[in-house]
Amino acid sequence: MEFLDHFGAVFTWSSMLILCAGTIGGLLLGATPGLSPTMAVALLIPFTFHMDPAQGLMLLGAAYTSTVAGGAVSAILLNIPGAPANIATALDGNIMARKGAGARALQICFISSAIGGVLGILVLIFLTPVLASWALKFGPSHLFWVAILGVTIIGTLDSKSVVKGLLAGCIGLWIAMIGSDSIQGVERFIFTEELEGGVHIIAALIGLFAIPQVIEMLEGGRKDPRRTVFEVRRANIWRSALETVSKVRALVIGGVVGTVIGLIPGAGGQIAGLVAYDQSRRFSRNSAKYGTGESEGVVAAESANNAMVGPSLVPLLTLSVPGSPTAAVLLGGLLIHGIFPGPDLFQKHAAVAFSFINSMLIGQILMLIFGLAIAGLAAKVIEVKPPILASAILVLAVFGSYSVQNSMADVAIMLVLGIGMYFLARYGFSPAPLVLGIILGPIAEHNYVQGRIIGEAQDGIAPYFLTGWLNILLIALVVLSLVYSIVSEIRVKRQERAAAAEAAS
Amino acid sequence: MKKIAIAAAALAVALPAGHAAAADYPTKPVSLTIAYSPGGATDFQARIVTMVAANKGLLGQPIVILNRPGAGGKVGWNHFASKASTDGYQMAAYNVPHFIAQSIKFKTKYNIDNLEPIANWGADPAVLVVNKNSKFNSVKDLAAWAKDNPGKVTVSGAGLFVGHHIAYLQIEKALGVKLRYVPHKGGAPALKSVLGGQVMAGVNNLSDSYRSRSSLKILGIADLQRDKQFLPDVPTFKEQGYDVDDSSVNFRGIMVRKGTPQAVIDKLAAIMPKMFANARVAKQMRNGGSPIRIMDRAAVQKMWKERQKFLTGLLKDL
Repeated sequence: MEFLDHFGAVFTWSSMLILCAGTIGGLLLGATPGLSPTMAVALLIPFTFHMDPAQGLMLLGAAYTSTVAGGAVSAILLNIPGAPANIATALDGNIMARKGAGARALQICFISSAIGGVLGILVLIFLTPVLASWALKFGPSHLFWVAILGVTIIGTLDSKSVVKGLLAGCIGLWIAMIGSDSIQGVERFIFTEELEGGVHIIAALIGLFAIPQVIEMLEGGRKDPRRTVFEVRRANIWRSALETVSKVRALVIGGVVGTVIGLIPGAGGQIAGLVAYDQSRRFSRNSAKYGTGESEGVVAAESANNAMVGPSLVPLLTLSVPGSPTAAVLLGGLLIHGIFPGPDLFQKHAAVAFSFINSMLIGQILMLIFGLAIAGLAAKVIEVKPPILASAILVLAVFGSYSVQNSMADVAIMLVLGIGMYFLARYGFSPAPLVLGIILGPIAEHNYVQGRIIGEAQDGIAPYFLTGWLNILLIALVVLSLVYSIVSEIRVKRQERAAAAEAAS
Repeated sequence: MKKIAIAAAALAVALPAGHAAAADYPTKPVSLTIAYSPGGATDFQARIVTMVAANKGLLGQPIVILNRPGAGGKVGWNHFASKASTDGYQMAAYNVPHFIAQSIKFKTKYNIDNLEPIANWGADPAVLVVNKNSKFNSVKDLAAWAKDNPGKVTVSGAGLFVGHHIAYLQIEKALGVKLRYVPHKGGAPALKSVLGGQVMAGVNNLSDSYRSRSSLKILGIADLQRDKQFLPDVPTFKEQGYDVDDSSVNFRGIMVRKGTPQAVIDKLAAIMPKMFANARVAKQMRNGGSPIRIMDRAAVQKMWKERQKFLTGLLKDL
């Protein structure tokens, strides 16, 4: 309970001011497509040069928590996930917004983010010593199976049919191979100089989600320029809170999945939301409603990707090993103030370490307050006339993809992928499985290659990947996930056939 | 007509300014391209060493960091060596031996002949580390075990042709044994593999290993002398009787494109070492655990040439 002693440092005027600034700034940065939490934190570090260590870290902590949640705003309202973590949020959230429930979707999203976020930070505070060594146990073979587990959900994710989902996933895997491979430096599918660095996930994400929409809006806009597409109904905060809390199953699944995935270094919080969304759908009584604007999907996705924030710092704070790109950037932020994370961090720099963690806890609450405050207003964005909204999205898309690596090549890649996706979408393909392929391909490949090198030096490749309780547990999960997909597919088909037979008779 | 007049006027103003460029250079902010992602060690250090650039007596203009990562630095450096301006307003950070090794091994648009070093700010030697619970207590233990088990000692490092990999190649040669290199995506994951016991040993940065020293054993430094500031007790490889010199030390500094006016290069070469030596920069670098090593232009030119020669030989039969 030592962290309680250090709350004093957070509740001073100057600290609260920094926390509020960090939170509001983080929400805005997060809502801008292309500005991922990693970049937002990296951009803020120079500002902390002149602050005292505790306050500098408070700013970074607050910004980290709120950018993760901020990414959901553009995902819900514009169907452009601000970062890969928010893909799952867009699946149901955007449909809710299109049905006029944008404000409610945002409120539910912020409330479930805060619940998941607080849970994650509590895990960080109480279980860090226990979990740190566990997190380190994940080697290449385990990460490979985690990635394969992710691949098993590709087929069922937001597609009209399993086959189209898998096809889209394969296209994603192929796109991920473009560029130099990360281990040998071998060049693959590089036809022009622009593709030398490969396809950056953020550029792909923006292109695949935003551009098809822009084209559709412009199509519709020409037909009837005065039309407002979506209405925005007012939503009562308390009703949304009650609705969120009543989705206990989704919250629990989101919280647990987010925490576990956050802990695994290298798995990337990018897939926490998607895995939680998928699991929540499988265990839900109204799983058929997922993908049609079901708030439960938003709850699962957002609670998971904020629950990931706290645990992703466990290996960093205790072992000085950053488990995610954002954690790596935060390590820089800690070092600049002379704070070396490690087993003795909480003894040597208790005040600073705990005010950092406490600021993330308070940051979650502030994020909730500010988030709810802007929800109603932000939702009005989609009342803007389609041609104007389309132009605004296009500007954001170009700006967002350029800013990631200061490269016009990324803008071109974004546009090409986007236009391609527009045509694919007409044939019932969906961008989510495609993006999942782009994310999981490199994780699976990289860890397979590494595992092979290590396996060859030990007892062989097969024993390295197939033995050990952690490998077997993960393989069992993969098999379970596959069996479940097949069984549910058969059940759906049987129901359809029965319904058809009934209609015929 | 009016537009042409304005353009002509603008040109008339711009032209003399162009001629006098070197004298009052710089009149606007200068950019520094980093070929790695934000938050990495090079980016982190570059932001520190350039933070006082706008001070009087130094550049008098701020330095803006531009990250252009991809393909292990190749994207950023290729772009710089082929597209950057040669007026001194676009600089880039170099990582030796990384960019030199790449220019030898791959078809790149950059090499030491089309780039001009300005000054060096830091040097991070590679160290050989093993897990705290490892059976190896010295380089000798590791060499003896590897002799009986050729190819069984897995050694992690930050990727191919970076300083870690060069150090690994040198160590393997000096020990006269067969090891197995496991490339990772950056230094942090490579160190994680050592801490998590996925690999038996690792070559990593001195600074990062120093921070994790409570869960590691640091067996040797690949440099000519010990590190007195951070690790005074860790011997060099030379001291332990293995022929590993400082060729793998990761040097970081600033360069411009060839073709930049000599006057601008001279001016930058005079200012940059002063900027790196600034007291505030030194303090932040120390806090970050990043070793400073300031070298002037002549010293860096010499170092580049030596590395080019050494790496060409080392990588020839790889």
